[in-house]
Amino acid sequence: MSSTSATAKVIIQNPQGLHMRPAYLFAETASKFESEVELIKEDVRVNGKSVLDILTLGAAQGTEILVEAVGNDAHAAVEVLEQLVASGFPTPEKPDEASESQA
Amino acid sequence: MKFSDFINNKAINASVEATDKEAVIRELVGGLVSSGGLKSADKDAIIQAILKREELGTTGIGRGIAVPHTKHASVKSPVGTVGVSPDGVDFKSLDGEPVQLFFMLISPPDQQSEHLKALENITKKLHDETFCRFLKQSKTADDVKQILAEADDNQFVS
Repeated sequence: MSSTSATAKVIIQNPQGLHMRPAYLFAETASKFESEVELIKEDVRVNGKSVLDILTLGAAQGTEILVEAVGNDAHAAVEVLEQLVASGFPTPEKPDEASESQA
Repeated sequence: MKFSDFINNKAINASVEATDKEAVIRELVGGLVSSGGLKSADKDAIIQAILKREELGTTGIGRGIAVPHTKHASVKSPVGTVGVSPDGVDFKSLDGEPVQLFFMLISPPDQQSEHLKALENITKKLHDETFCRFLKQSKTADDVKQILAEADDNQFVS
């Protein structure tokens, strides 16, 4: 089984930066993919499926981050995660909307 | 940012008595009010805001750790406390495990970057297994204070 890798450079758009709720959304979305997902900020590399890891980046608005996925669904993972960051992690209208979305 | 920049030492609670999520939040906010970190007039509003934030998604990030937080205009800089529950509390955590270690954080709405720096500091330190274990084993507020001070001095390096 060959594994592919994909990367995308993203810039944190939302004014609040990658605080806890966006970190959750990111980790939750990344976890839906089989691929390993990592976030790279300058020389720091963290697990993109871990809320705790993502928060350690302290990524404020305007921070450039590289999303890297390795695995069979790497391209799909990077595409979806790139869109999530670009969307600026909108605040859910309903309390439980955050745990749904994405097919 | 260091723990000493936002943790209110007098509010540290090494023996959380509450046994459910809402009660823990009430107890920790109560500690911040008693210590003078928050005004008693704001107590209920802050409790409600933290509970509302939990509805958006639990801040129980797994490994027995939760970071309940909110933004509130009554604080001029991030204000926080640490709670330790020896038996653990069901906090509807991501991994379903009970939470023994609470880092509560209340930040001013207009200081996004300071809030982020406080979260960054907390989570970087929480990465260290020894730091977490020592905190969970703390028996007194002084134990907690000492561990936080050691972390501020970078004695836990991971």
